[in-house]
Amino acid sequence: MMLEVHGLESFYGRAHILSGVHLTAAKGEVVALLGRNGAGKTTTFASIVGLVPRCTGTRVFGGTDISGLATHEIVRLGLGYVPEDRRIFTDLTVEENLLVGQQPPREGAPTWTTEDLFDLFPNLAEMRGRLGGHMSGGEQQMLTISRTLMGNPSLVLLDEPSEGLAPKIVEQMAHAIIEMKKHGLSVVISEQNLHFARLISDRAYIIEKGRIRFDGTMAELDAQEEIRDAYLAV
Amino acid sequence: MDFLFIQFLNGLASASSLFLVASGLSIIFGVTRITNFAHGAFYMLGAYMAYTLTEHWSGALGFWGGLLAAAVAVAIIGALLEIILLRRIYQAPELFQLLATFGVTLVIEDLVIQIWGAEDLLGRRAPGLKGSVDIFGQAFPTYELMLIVLGPAVLGLLWLLFHKTRWGVLVRAATQDRMMVAALGVNQARLFTGVFALGIFLGALGGAVQIPREAVHNAMDLQIIVEAFVIVVIGGMGSVLGAFLASVLIGELNAFGILLFPKISIVLMFLVMAVILVIRPWGLLGRPESHARSALGTAERPIRPLGRGGRNAVLAVLLVLLILPVFGGSYLLNVATEVLIFALFAASLHLMMGIGGMVSFGHAAYFGLGAYGVALLVKFLEIPMAGGLVLAPLLAFTGAVLFGWFCVRLTGVYLAMLTLAFAQIAWSIVFQWDAVTGGDNGLLGVWPAPWASTPEAFYYLTLAICAVGVMMIRRIVFSPFGYTLRSCRDSVLRADAIGIDRQRIQWLGFILAGTFAGIGGVLFAYLKGSVFPDNISIPISVDGLVMVLLGGIQTVAGPVVGAGIYKALSIFIISETEFWKLILGTLIVILVVAFPQGVVGFAVDLFRRRDPDDGEAGEAPA
Ligand SMILES: Nc1ncnc2c1ncn2[C@@H]1O[C@H](COP(=O)(O)OP(=O)(O)OP(=O)(O)O)[C@@H](O)[C@H]1O
Ligand SMILES: [Mg+2]
Repeated sequence: MMLEVHGLESFYGRAHILSGVHLTAAKGEVVALLGRNGAGKTTTFASIVGLVPRCTGTRVFGGTDISGLATHEIVRLGLGYVPEDRRIFTDLTVEENLLVGQQPPREGAPTWTTEDLFDLFPNLAEMRGRLGGHMSGGEQQMLTISRTLMGNPSLVLLDEPSEGLAPKIVEQMAHAIIEMKKHGLSVVISEQNLHFARLISDRAYIIEKGRIRFDGTMAELDAQEEIRDAYLAV
Repeated sequence: MDFLFIQFLNGLASASSLFLVASGLSIIFGVTRITNFAHGAFYMLGAYMAYTLTEHWSGALGFWGGLLAAAVAVAIIGALLEIILLRRIYQAPELFQLLATFGVTLVIEDLVIQIWGAEDLLGRRAPGLKGSVDIFGQAFPTYELMLIVLGPAVLGLLWLLFHKTRWGVLVRAATQDRMMVAALGVNQARLFTGVFALGIFLGALGGAVQIPREAVHNAMDLQIIVEAFVIVVIGGMGSVLGAFLASVLIGELNAFGILLFPKISIVLMFLVMAVILVIRPWGLLGRPESHARSALGTAERPIRPLGRGGRNAVLAVLLVLLILPVFGGSYLLNVATEVLIFALFAASLHLMMGIGGMVSFGHAAYFGLGAYGVALLVKFLEIPMAGGLVLAPLLAFTGAVLFGWFCVRLTGVYLAMLTLAFAQIAWSIVFQWDAVTGGDNGLLGVWPAPWASTPEAFYYLTLAICAVGVMMIRRIVFSPFGYTLRSCRDSVLRADAIGIDRQRIQWLGFILAGTFAGIGGVLFAYLKGSVFPDNISIPISVDGLVMVLLGGIQTVAGPVVGAGIYKALSIFIISETEFWKLILGTLIVILVVAFPQGVVGFAVDLFRRRDPDDGEAGEAPA
């Protein structure tokens, strides 16, 4: 397994947000973490990359226990993280944004150059010198994914990559994620949009109120209408 | 005309030095969000190091190498400081960082005197640049020409560093979003250390290049730090180009201000800053903080009235204060009176910053206006003490009305700098308006009425006034007005959104705080029998800040206790040892690291943990 998470418990102050969350992803697999607003998707990702100070449970990435590590150490092991709010450096150009994400090539993980990423997202190629702040939401989403790929990760956590995007851009995102999978990358996405998740994922988890309520293949989820109705907004 | 041109060049030369220091301060602030009060101390250290190295190393290489080596050495000290101290307090509210770096400043000041002595040192002249060149028939020192070039050259190098190297791009990214930089695998800690070292290097270089121009002395730090802050704020915090423009502005202002407005030359810089901040609240090239961060981090824990245990402690302290004259001599009573006055002063500052969210670097203004108010009333109207006590705070009140009106238009560090500007304006009026204020000589003969002139009587009078004052402040804190004031502090946006007239509420808070500080000043004038410009100067403001932060901002009692501890400690340490700055500075640093909640906050936490029912759960006044 690339990523293994068991018994994750996370707190914000006194609020107990995650209870016993588990999640795994194999090499080259695309896994979806589905759930409504406030279900705990972002918190799960943030806990995995060490951004939630009060958090316990097993977190193993590529055979290494990452539970006590600092965020940058976890990321340097090859675990890429694309936050929900994109967090583009608005004062930096597209190329400079990519430069910040750059890390040395890593064994067993696909290597990305700026040019590879411009192939993946042709829109970006036309705006290398543009400031991050002067880009549309869709372009920023492409940039934030590319920036994380510059670190040559072996697994990426993508927090709601389709959020707030036009259907055409969402389609482009799906293509890009399938392309990433083809390169041998593992991808964990969080989603509310089941249709988008279905396009690209092999397996899915459903999270609700900080607990995993379902865990199975995409086909199994399709067969269980009552679970979808109970936990996902349609 | 020629003379004016030479003066213009002089302005540019001093602008270069200012730029070196201010750019370092600005870079450090931009990335680490630390307002590095110790920057001036590192500037001074740079000058001293350069002095020593250039004395030992001969020749041109020795001189220039000495300047550079001095800056590098100081930068290494800075990096160590970052690793040992600042890393522990990045999460702390920004004022605590300011306090810690203030402690460091005190330590360095004392060390400098221990190592290099208290006398001014005259450094070597620069080999090859000792002469002067002829410009329009006037001799202009070559060294100054070199400085004129140095500023833009450093600006260019910094631009290259920040735009053409990955490290520089990382720094710019971290200026904007540190968390995201970490989430991309960058070791923030190392980046911060590097940035801090770079900033200190620039500051120390600024000091090192001064040695052929002026004597090296142990008060260089305070002089430069205020100017550097002003420049950084005018330019926009975190903007290097802004710092450059502001340096030229201030350099020229200093060069020509002396000629055009000799009477108000000292204050000119602050006037310009005040005007710029009112027009452009984020400085020339700065930009608003994306998410207005609370300077004090108070939002996490609401202020609550003391519980039963706390109230008993207050009563016990009051009792001790009441019977103090029985066993204390007149020296002790004098000290106690002074402590009481500063307790009121600190409580008033706490009302402004802890409750009102307006951090003041210039609270001395209202203290000093109170003191001068009474001295002027005595001098010109021969008003007796009863009248003085009532009328003199009016001057502080008026000052607060006037200054506050401008200040509440800003927030955060910018507001703090504007308060400093006004305080400096008040100070220089007092300092320069000889005919009325006596200037440097102050005003003498402000004595209490005969019935209050014994130490005991005056002590009781002070105790009564200060106790009532603190009680009133407490009333205000827990009144509906106090709650509204706090909601303005906690969220500017929300307060604006629900229709609270934030600026008016804060203005009122500002005026109240200023008036209480003024009452403290009035008492202080009567205690000392005289007033001096010192009573309205920066150290008084800094003392107030230290007291409030030391005691803790989460309780009304905090600042009062902080005042007691700080005043008593400094009086005691000064009388016991000549290393008082060293000891006090170290203590401040330790206290900040050990008790980020302040002393009283720490004690309250301790009791609340033991007995969670102590203290009302709600926020109702006790
Ligand atoms: N910083 C925080 N402090 C306190 N509570 C938080 C914080 N961030 C999130 N929460 C709470 O944690 C819960 C889970 O939030 P989370 O952001 O993980 O949900 P999500 O599934 O990502 O939702 P969305 O689809 O809206 O992004 C929510 O109830 C939220 O209110
Ligand atoms: Mg989310």
